[in-house]
Amino acid sequence: MRARPSGVLIAPLLAAWLLTPTAAAAYTVYVTNEKDNTVSVIDSTKLEVVKTVKVGQRPRGIILSKDGKWLLICASDDNNIQVFDARTMEFVKNLPSGPDPELFVLHPSGNPLYVANEDDNLITVVDIETDRVLAEIPVGVEPEGMGITPDGKLLVNTSETTNMAHFIDTATNMTIDNVLVDSRPRVAEFTADGAQLWVSAEIGGTVTVIDPKTRKIIGKIGFEIPGVNQDAIQPVGVRITKDGKRAFVALGPANRVAVIDTATLKVERYLLVGQRVWQLGFTPDEKLLFTTNGTSNDVSVIDVEKLRVLRSIKVGRYPWGVVVAPF
Amino acid sequence: MQESAIDLLHRRSARGMSLRCALVVAALAGNLVFAAAAPDKATPRSSATGDVQRIAIVLAREVRDAPPPLSLLDVPPADDGIAGARLAINDNNTTGRFLKQEFTLAVVQNGDVGELIAQVKKTVESGAAFVVADVGPQAIVGLADALKDLGALIFNAGSGDDRLREQDCRPNVVHTAPSRAMLADALAQYLVWKQWRRWFLVHGTQPDDEAFAAALRRAAKRFGVKIVEERQFRHEAGSRRADGGHEQIQQQIPTFTQNVPAYDVLMVADEGGLFGEYFPYRSWDARPVAGTQGLVPTSWHPALEQWGATQFQNRFRRLANRPMRQLDYDVWIAIRSIGEAATRARSAEPAGMIAHLKSADFDLAAFKGRKLTYRAWDGQLRQPILIATAKLPVTVSPQPGFLHQFSELDTLGIDKPETTCRAYAR
Repeated sequence: MRARPSGVLIAPLLAAWLLTPTAAAAYTVYVTNEKDNTVSVIDSTKLEVVKTVKVGQRPRGIILSKDGKWLLICASDDNNIQVFDARTMEFVKNLPSGPDPELFVLHPSGNPLYVANEDDNLITVVDIETDRVLAEIPVGVEPEGMGITPDGKLLVNTSETTNMAHFIDTATNMTIDNVLVDSRPRVAEFTADGAQLWVSAEIGGTVTVIDPKTRKIIGKIGFEIPGVNQDAIQPVGVRITKDGKRAFVALGPANRVAVIDTATLKVERYLLVGQRVWQLGFTPDEKLLFTTNGTSNDVSVIDVEKLRVLRSIKVGRYPWGVVVAPF
Repeated sequence: MQESAIDLLHRRSARGMSLRCALVVAALAGNLVFAAAAPDKATPRSSATGDVQRIAIVLAREVRDAPPPLSLLDVPPADDGIAGARLAINDNNTTGRFLKQEFTLAVVQNGDVGELIAQVKKTVESGAAFVVADVGPQAIVGLADALKDLGALIFNAGSGDDRLREQDCRPNVVHTAPSRAMLADALAQYLVWKQWRRWFLVHGTQPDDEAFAAALRRAAKRFGVKIVEERQFRHEAGSRRADGGHEQIQQQIPTFTQNVPAYDVLMVADEGGLFGEYFPYRSWDARPVAGTQGLVPTSWHPALEQWGATQFQNRFRRLANRPMRQLDYDVWIAIRSIGEAATRARSAEPAGMIAHLKSADFDLAAFKGRKLTYRAWDGQLRQPILIATAKLPVTVSPQPGFLHQFSELDTLGIDKPETTCRAYAR
């Protein structure tokens, strides 16, 4: 389960890039539809749904294995994680997950998988090769967001009712610190260099930026949109560009994605997308950003360079999570 | 705290049982206190050290006699409200483990208001600074006055009486139960959105029915609704359906609702649940029924799944083995507010916690899709109100288009410019 050397990736990507009429490379975008129990598969060049696949009940969190072979889906109401072949979308196996899995993160080495069990105040650590539960880590009430440092040493989980980011040492699976953030923290995202941790608070309406080394709060980002009620601004999904310069934050029922300059922690712009925008996913080249819009049943496509919304793509009911494969 | 728990229990709906007769149910109380104080099966392996701060909470219940409900489905469970308290204590303690804070619950129950107040006062004097009350309006005022110099805060989780937020308001009381005015406004907004602006109001003979009818009249005036006719329904309490009972009701309700000027909705004010359930599908004209029965405004619904509520409902069902009711939710909010105040104040010292709870910095996430806060003028919790049938939530108020210069939630209930509460303004 080692990361694939980058050279292997580049050849097919280049070929795809040369063959397509537009400048964008061809990637595959996977979107979980929470109410339909399906995954919509989108072609990133055509920007349309090419396949809809039946999966387990209430699919939410979705990620790819580090080698890109497997698509992992939290089937929350089935209390397991389903593994699909990412290219063929054929079912591979179920992984144990503990009750009500919602979001998860893979160790940078590719294994193990850390799963937030929303109903049980636990993080379950799962070996994805042997399908065994390695450990359970008690955390706060309603664990949700999962983040891990690039070196894999520090795991972070947010708990929605406890309102904390729990810092866990992956060597010992022990909680080493807890940082109080605003109400109902949802997503925990590290910068690519691991120097900052961004935590969104849905009900608090803020994003807290934390130094993972000292566990001190570096800054807090608030949002203000003319004509939009403050209560409707509910930050959930967070994605930061690899160069660490720009962050994108999905603002839920405010129907906008905030673009943030990470140097100043100031909002540069608000991009109008579909309704109740929750999760975000970059293409590997970071040219496009896909957003899941729960109540409008669509996905918005953002041109990352021009900061423009290109179009929306109709998917299933209540799109929840999104991930993009490098093929 | 556990030792001082006083547990006198009346069976709420036992017919023929004297109100004054108190039963000591030690087993229930023992379980309760144990469940509340026991640590979760999984203790976090944390490197934090230091002394544990303890926060003691009293749940005060006035045991009231009520005739059995019309429907067997509506018989209140014996742990109505108590189960909500237990869930909140568990939630607080899961969070508290990381901050070295521990929350305990003592339940005090009595059918006699005077005795209940004396028991609660004793518990507060022995160190509990937070009282969550499921009691009638008279007992709220009595408790507030008895505890006024003890630095304690009372959460009214059981009474929607508007007088407690108005002329009888007290600075040491906050209200997690929605007021009648909030409920009536929430329902009215939806009916106005539906363009059902002509109401036929039927109310019972009890003072509570009249109070809810008054809240509906106030809402009608605020939101441009015309009440085309009002009728009082006289009903003998306890005349429940027995064998063949439907024949008489089938005759009685159509006759009662005959010859009403054209109307859109039949509004019923029957807080005791003595006759309201007889109106749907039996009125002379084919009209929907709303109010205390039919389409109802409520702070909670056992089928709510939005805003992360599914996991909350699951957690409750695992604990209590039944769906969550409005009283459970209103009690849960009260105890979670105490937990949130302790977390944010990073202290178990009551004065600091109460100051934080009443400040503009306080907010609570409570599965309503936005932050809940307490109104500065009367201590009422601001919250969205669900409009629901027995099976499903239909909508949530405030409705789109009902605007407010500060918070749309303040379009529900008595707003700052209207309040007659002076205790809060001081």
